[in-house]
Amino acid sequence: MSKRILAAAALAATSLGLAVPAQAQQRIQFEFWYGLTGRLGEIMEEHCKRFNDSQTKYEAKCVGQGGYDKAEQNTIAAFRSKQHPTLVQIYDAGTVNFMLSGATYNAPDLARDFAMKIDWSGYFPGISNYYATSKGQMWSFPYNSSTALLYWNKDAWAKIGKTKGPETIEEWWDDLRAMKKAGIECGFAFDYDTWMPLEQFSAIHNLPIATKNNGYDGLDAEVMFNKTKFADYMKDWKKLLDEGVARIQTAQTGKTILQAFTDGSCASMLSSVANHGVVGSTAKPGLNWGVAKLPVYKDFKRHNSLVGGASLWVLQGKSKPEYEAAAAYIQFLLQPKEEQWFADVTGYIPVTQAGYKAMVDAGFYADPKRQGREIAIESLTFTPPTAVSRGIRLGNFTQIRAEIRSELEAAFTGKKDVQTALDDAAARSNQILRRFEQTFKGKQLP
Amino acid sequence: MDRRASFDNLWLAGALVAPQILLVVVFFYWPTLQALYWAFSTQPPFGGTNQWVGWQNFQQIFTDAVYWNSVRVSIIFATLSTALSISMALLLALMIDRQLAGHKAYRFVYFWPYAIAAPAVGLAFRFIFAPDAGFVSAINQLAPNLWNPALKGWDAMILIVIANSWKMMAYNFIFFLAALQSIPRGLIEAAAMDGSGVLRRARDIQIPLLAPTLFFLLVINITESFVDSFGIVDITTGGGPARATDLMVFKIYSDGFKGLDYSMAAAQSIVLMLLVIGLTFVQFRYVEKRVHYA
Repeated sequence: MSKRILAAAALAATSLGLAVPAQAQQRIQFEFWYGLTGRLGEIMEEHCKRFNDSQTKYEAKCVGQGGYDKAEQNTIAAFRSKQHPTLVQIYDAGTVNFMLSGATYNAPDLARDFAMKIDWSGYFPGISNYYATSKGQMWSFPYNSSTALLYWNKDAWAKIGKTKGPETIEEWWDDLRAMKKAGIECGFAFDYDTWMPLEQFSAIHNLPIATKNNGYDGLDAEVMFNKTKFADYMKDWKKLLDEGVARIQTAQTGKTILQAFTDGSCASMLSSVANHGVVGSTAKPGLNWGVAKLPVYKDFKRHNSLVGGASLWVLQGKSKPEYEAAAAYIQFLLQPKEEQWFADVTGYIPVTQAGYKAMVDAGFYADPKRQGREIAIESLTFTPPTAVSRGIRLGNFTQIRAEIRSELEAAFTGKKDVQTALDDAAARSNQILRRFEQTFKGKQLP
Repeated sequence: MDRRASFDNLWLAGALVAPQILLVVVFFYWPTLQALYWAFSTQPPFGGTNQWVGWQNFQQIFTDAVYWNSVRVSIIFATLSTALSISMALLLALMIDRQLAGHKAYRFVYFWPYAIAAPAVGLAFRFIFAPDAGFVSAINQLAPNLWNPALKGWDAMILIVIANSWKMMAYNFIFFLAALQSIPRGLIEAAAMDGSGVLRRARDIQIPLLAPTLFFLLVINITESFVDSFGIVDITTGGGPARATDLMVFKIYSDGFKGLDYSMAAAQSIVLMLLVIGLTFVQFRYVEKRVHYA
């Protein structure tokens, strides 16, 4: 009997042994999970490769997770079973979950323990404020950062005799109606993504999305977007839809807003500057397009727009060499040369002022191919961030976005009146916030 | 009469069933118990200490109009897709059984859809039925806006029903065909000699003799449509528009994994499990009485 057990144990041991790489690795490896997909995901891989080729001591193993939300879900699931990576890319909306998780090795600690050279005040204030705790520290390292812009088709605007994109929302609507008369079927393509119409819109109009300074001052915040100008903005969108000057474009209708813009069928869209590179490379030949800052309602003073994208979190429960390797990786990404390469191939903005300056000096933005990308920086730094244009820190914000999305679907398809839909979305969002507060009972936002 | 088999060597019998029992315990009972615990507490996303909340999660579910909406659309989905997949499969099986020209090739290809993973089915149907760019977009050129699953709830429902039935039909088809082929040829031939036509033979002989298979497939199809429709919904409609295809199993996924509210998802999966058990019980209790096993 005992022989058999031994044999079984030996068998198990060999089969486990197979999972371990055959030869010992010389380099210190660590795992990095990222959420970006498509072309941007490939660039993540390339960035890793650049790091691995730049030195011989460390090796980053980069694994795509198939989407920002999946990267967050998978990391959480992996953390629960202690299979998590050392470093993970988490999008803006997941920041609060990670701050409260107790699962992170925070950026200031990592920087101190591994003597990283980081100029914390060198980040763009719009970026550092978004990610900072109440004590002004960032717990994660801002990585790919973007903001939203208006993409407009210059040829379509030329048909109504204009050579400039609209500055105000009223002007934009007038342009759309004029274009309709000039025979342009679809002046504006939108989907149900809340990042542009709710989050960016509220920031540039300096409007609160929730009480307690958008949640930065406590987990007991309540949403209030249904009572601000945002509601009028959505009513305007519905009106445009009914007038037939705007159109909903999603993967389900066959074309996303990006595809509808790049093939020339719709004349404008709101999208991230991160897509600047993609629009440039996928636009149909001869498409004459430009970008502009998001239009504002004429009675409002423009404020800074929000940073979007993701930051890098270091997780607990890894070995010292792995942290050392992760620290080296982050340090590598922050080099001006790398910031410029990354900004060049994507459209993301540099996260440090030094990186930006180096790029301006090198004539990066003078290249016609990158024309307009500096507008993103202009938009992000338009005013110093206010208490509400700073960002959003609401628990389970992913789910709140999903609720608003569902209600906007109901509103835009005519099942509900816009105001009712937004009121319902707000009520459900508050339920989610209370639920989050309960799940994290006794915890405080750092 | 005692029909139970008995074993002399209980240890051997135990050892032989142990792997199976182990699998069931590890993959069914243990997660179910875990879900039950979570359903009565709040589970923080990163793990840690649960707080006991009693029935609160269930109360919240049952007072939520959105939850009842998902129950409603799940029932509609299960009814429509079961009816469509069973009736189409029966029709195809009857045709093949008649050995019409090319039946061997058809018999072969009709099973294929079942071998395709649900997300792949979803992706294919999303392309086919895309209102702007799909094959069906021709309809929209004749009658603008007649078909748009991105905007119209019923169109989206029809889309997932067709996709799911297409896949399940393949499975049902094999069972029907096997059952039809086990019907003695003599019966059919005798009826034919008595002058009954194809439809009459199908109605009076073949379908009644298929009753056990029909019942089995009914149970399987209804259960599958409740618990296994996630892949198709996720790819084609994402639960929209405006929650028109927010099936119970999809809502569990989005609340649990997207919303990171594991407890609420656990409570919903307990409800779904009870519902499926209940439906199966009802079918065995009432529907099975009408089934005659040959």
